[in-house]
Amino acid sequence: MLSTWFPNVQWDVLLEATKETLYMSAISVVITFFLGLALGLALFLTSPGNLWGNKFLNSIIAIIVNVFRSIPFIILIILLIPFTRLIVGTMLGAEAALPALIVGAAPFYARMVEIALREINKGVIEAAKSMGATNAQIIFKVLIPESTPALVSGITVTAIALVSYTAMAGVVGAGGLGNLAYMEGYQRDNADVTLISTALILVIVFVIQWIGDRITTALDKR
Amino acid sequence: MINLQSVRKVFQTKDGEVKAVDTVDLNIKQGEIYGIIGYSGAGKSTLIRILNMLERPTSGTVTIGGKNMSELSSKKLREARQEISMIFQHFNLLWSRTVRENIAFPLEIAGYPKAKIKQRVDELIDLVGLEGRGGSYPSQLSGGQKQRVGIARALANEPKVLLCDEATSALDPKTTDSILDLLVEINKKLDLTIVLITHEMHVIRKICHRVAVMEQGRVVEEGDVLNVFKNPTEPITKDFVKQVTEPEETVDTIKQFISEFPEGRIVQLTFIGGRAGQPLITELIRKYEVDVNILQGKITQTQNGPYGTLFIQIKGTEPALARAMEFLNSVQVEVEVIHNA
Repeated sequence: MLSTWFPNVQWDVLLEATKETLYMSAISVVITFFLGLALGLALFLTSPGNLWGNKFLNSIIAIIVNVFRSIPFIILIILLIPFTRLIVGTMLGAEAALPALIVGAAPFYARMVEIALREINKGVIEAAKSMGATNAQIIFKVLIPESTPALVSGITVTAIALVSYTAMAGVVGAGGLGNLAYMEGYQRDNADVTLISTALILVIVFVIQWIGDRITTALDKR
Repeated sequence: MINLQSVRKVFQTKDGEVKAVDTVDLNIKQGEIYGIIGYSGAGKSTLIRILNMLERPTSGTVTIGGKNMSELSSKKLREARQEISMIFQHFNLLWSRTVRENIAFPLEIAGYPKAKIKQRVDELIDLVGLEGRGGSYPSQLSGGQKQRVGIARALANEPKVLLCDEATSALDPKTTDSILDLLVEINKKLDLTIVLITHEMHVIRKICHRVAVMEQGRVVEEGDVLNVFKNPTEPITKDFVKQVTEPEETVDTIKQFISEFPEGRIVQLTFIGGRAGQPLITELIRKYEVDVNILQGKITQTQNGPYGTLFIQIKGTEPALARAMEFLNSVQVEVEVIHNA
């Protein structure tokens, strides 16, 4: 049945490609979450009138975030080739895609983290201060817990963006479903391969969105 | 307990300097409920935040429990803040934490062990009357219950001072009274010094021992609540006192009455303390040949005793009226003739 509808699909190759996509997405989401959270916190805390209010530091971080967020991903991959070679040692395979994926996505997520933190009621931060909380206690006991729904929905959006980034990374040799659709599907004129790769990417995206929505709803006690 | 000397706070804005707090001196005693009243923009929110250094004063000294607050290192200030807790108009609870976890929050900050926290939270839940609500989230509570959580949280570290920032202004009158009763209860039970700011004279009247009236950053009048009620000197204080002593429609009612019945004298009697309970009017009618017509009256309870006002019309011959007035002046009642003096 499957071989009549999709005559050119090699199922073991497809499975391998799906694993690569999942691997690249999962690792980059985890690292992007922590890096983006740190950057977003830094952006928020150094903003004027905040815990570490520092105009100079704030504008430096803002510039870095804006620059990396603005470079189109496909160009970012090329620009980062020397950097990737240095830390991964190769430009081929799923690992080689990770630096570009993370550098591209972390600043994007950092902005979402900053927005999430700004939404927190200032009075709650004031209350924590009035109890004698240290800045670290304010960050870990107030800022992060009080913004979790927005942090989770932000990382959901970022994760979906990362899945599509992995497809682009695939084109330059990182493997995964994007690579399969381009090399086996488009280049060899096998429309069925392109179609089934696309379908799998869609399934991955829908599952991520569904999980993200579930967690956000469960966390939100407001 | 709390001493403020020439405290000033100036904000720089685009339109120049704004003096939020202008040379304020205050002395608040241990175990006292001290009220600061003023309209919005009077500087009372800034003043109460200066007490725990959420706002740094531009100049002047703040001493609480012998510590000069503005000279403390940040570590010492955090320790001092654990003894000066605060409740807020909008409660400022953490929505992500249950009632129990919210009350535990300051204990976690202070580094209490888990078992101790559990025991203390149980005590506090009982103290503020939230039995059975420990597992609820703030969003599942009414305003009054949220403020009870706020109070429990504020009391967790066994503070010496409780600052109340418009703590009842977001609540309905009935809930306001129940929260005020709770504040009086904890003031007595724990010998806690309470400083509160409000724009409602009702709050001052009901629970405060002493009051300061603020206008444009300055304290314009200060003293025992009953004395301030008796002899308000500043126009703003008179306005605030009227909020609770005279029903809103009094002035209109009296005017209407005078135009309809111009004969006789209209007199306002003000009773302070014990006199408010005595049968003065009965005595007046029995001893002197006058008719008395009661127009309007109200007795108000304060922490220092009752306070009442009574508007009466007295009719009779001139000599009888003169003797009646003499009698009223001789008893310890403030008499003010409003019409036909």
